[in-house]
Amino acid sequence: MLRAAPPLTLALFLLPIAAGLAGTALPAFGYLPALGHTEVSLGAWRELMATPGLADTLALTLRVGLLATALSVVLAIGFCALAHERPWLRRCENALAPLLATPHAALAIGFAFLILPSGWLARLVSPDLTGWHTPPQIVTVRDPQGLSLAGGLVLKETPYLVLMILAASVQMRVRDLVASARALGYGPAAAWLFAVLPRLYAQIRLPVYAVLAFSLSAVDVALILAPGTPPPLAVLAMRWFADYDLALYPRAAAAALLQLALVAGAIVAWRLGEILTARLGRAIILRGWRAPAAEPVAAAAALGAVGTGVAAFAAIAGMALWSVAAGWRFPAALPEALTLDVWTRHLPEVGRPLEMTLAAGAAATVIALVLALACLENEQRAALRPGTGTLWLLYLPLLVPQIAFLFGVQVALVQAGLDGTLAAVIWAHLLFVLPYVFLSLADPFRALDPRFARSAAALGAGRARIFVRIKLPMLAKPILVAAAIGFAVSVGQYLPTLFAGAGRVATLTTEAVTLATGADRRILGVYAVLQAALPALVYGLALGLPRLMFRNRRGLA
Amino acid sequence: MLAGVEIALDGRELVPRFDLAVAPGEVVTVMGPSGSGKSTLLAFIGGFIDPVFRVSGRVLIDGADVTRRPPEARRAGILFQDDLLFPHLSVGQNLAFGLVTSVRGRAARRGAIDAALAQADLAGFFDRDPATLSGGQRARVALLRTLLAEPRTLLLDEPFNRLDSHLRDDIRRFVFGHARERNLPTLLVTHDADDARAAGGRIVRLGA
Repeated sequence: MLRAAPPLTLALFLLPIAAGLAGTALPAFGYLPALGHTEVSLGAWRELMATPGLADTLALTLRVGLLATALSVVLAIGFCALAHERPWLRRCENALAPLLATPHAALAIGFAFLILPSGWLARLVSPDLTGWHTPPQIVTVRDPQGLSLAGGLVLKETPYLVLMILAASVQMRVRDLVASARALGYGPAAAWLFAVLPRLYAQIRLPVYAVLAFSLSAVDVALILAPGTPPPLAVLAMRWFADYDLALYPRAAAAALLQLALVAGAIVAWRLGEILTARLGRAIILRGWRAPAAEPVAAAAALGAVGTGVAAFAAIAGMALWSVAAGWRFPAALPEALTLDVWTRHLPEVGRPLEMTLAAGAAATVIALVLALACLENEQRAALRPGTGTLWLLYLPLLVPQIAFLFGVQVALVQAGLDGTLAAVIWAHLLFVLPYVFLSLADPFRALDPRFARSAAALGAGRARIFVRIKLPMLAKPILVAAAIGFAVSVGQYLPTLFAGAGRVATLTTEAVTLATGADRRILGVYAVLQAALPALVYGLALGLPRLMFRNRRGLA
Repeated sequence: MLAGVEIALDGRELVPRFDLAVAPGEVVTVMGPSGSGKSTLLAFIGGFIDPVFRVSGRVLIDGADVTRRPPEARRAGILFQDDLLFPHLSVGQNLAFGLVTSVRGRAARRGAIDAALAQADLAGFFDRDPATLSGGQRARVALLRTLLAEPRTLLLDEPFNRLDSHLRDDIRRFVFGHARERNLPTLLVTHDADDARAAGGRIVRLGA
């Protein structure tokens, strides 16, 4: 039975993506039997190309995607280049978990609260520094350049990349490598950049591509922070998909396919950039240049990374404050009074989405955990060596833009009569939960000293007993952390919930994004706070439970 | 115990074909530099060999051919360089994990474990966290756990290496004493000549 785990997992995983891509590609080329189109045509593409403002849409999409990714990568690298050296930066790493647990949409809403002309930031410095007594007439959120969108993405992607780099550094002898480079006269940042980063980057390459793909195609963050005319490409496709006019379907499919091509092209371009950067780095190393300039640059980037963290926490705090503000006139830095009115008035309507969020998150996480553990245990029993191919497969749902296959998935779900059910939503969430759960569990599972299992076997314990009595308890900590990560990923899903749920399954995230356009800031604050609090709570449980379970076991502390 | 064993890796011969019989109560020491395949040989007997190795030959324990049996069905007790006490279980629970299932009933099992602990000067250690024990205490618990599973043979994979030098003699005496007392055929793998001397049995040399 265990041997069936990897093929089953792959099927659960690849079938929807393959079916979804086919279900998008065929209509894009005119094949849509449901509407009576059975002939291949390029009509949809002609319509797409004739869309007014398409060039601006593409420029905006590429600008935001590349800018947000490049900035996140530079900030994360700068932070890590110095974190091994500066204790206070090390301490900042404790802030990673809450930032990673907060869904994109919640952070984007909080960020908008922060930087709006009438936002918290303006209030903090007004009127003393600015002289503003009314909100200034400037555009910050939804600016046509997409800078606020890029900023919102950086807020979430920087801590993610920092975590990926830290996780990859565990397997390297960073301290020794840095020490030997510093003994040769390199500064702390240059030592890390030249001695550690080149090999480490290979391990964060896929996460970086995932960030790039997400930044180019995120819909939820774009609905909150991106300009509406012209919108980013994924939002454009999404609008056409959601339109009641079915004649727009082929055009929407073509736009989704163009989005896929855009992401693929951007990844190829990024790869070329990697090669050029590596060549440049080698040239510098050959010259023996000690790169003293790396120190201030890395320090600036590290400060920038810390700045994004501070902004993210301010965003979360700001939403919380709005949700309990009794009244908050413009230039005041803080609300006049606090009240729970909004909470008590809106809590009843929050109940249903909250239930759905919990149900989908719990189910997707448990299924992902079972599948990941089964695959890993099977891998160990069969003594398989995981290759890079498996890793690419795992990252597939994170690299293929959601809009490019979720529409096709919805078509398939409609045909199967499953659209709009909780089961469909759970399955759609699983596509994104499973990679994260598997990736966070794989290293600790594989790193568990195999001699523990051998000792148990030599004592007469069979494989099932070893798995339940030795491996599971010894891995309790990473398993719970993986569960918390999986749950947080599920809570944050917007587009998969929307498509698989056919608009009938509402979660906190879909509600919050819907409300983000125009609703009362205080109500929006309630949704955003709940959305952020739920994963944070589960994280807390995941970290606290092992401490409680093993409070008398120092070896597991 | 071993008949016509031969181990190869990537087509290169690692352990040349050889036979070895270990009598009950006898301790045979296998010596060789690192990479000579001595630990691989133990893994083969214990049933944990990595499939990258090509192995031929048979393993006989108590006259029974166990070559095709899974490790848990071989009754080959094994001690590694580290004590590998399960960190999530107490000392007593670790021993209970090892204790054969033929000892039934809560009281009988607890009694067997307490007796073993007392005999190793560890009386009252049942509820202790293994992480709070000294190196010597942990080594003794590890051996007790192995013995409570009533093995038919004992495999020692450099178990004295990580111990402080002043403890080594004690633990050696403790381990070899128990092995002889129970008439276990014992195979010790080491590169420490003192280990071999303390074992006091035949010495087989592997590799160049």
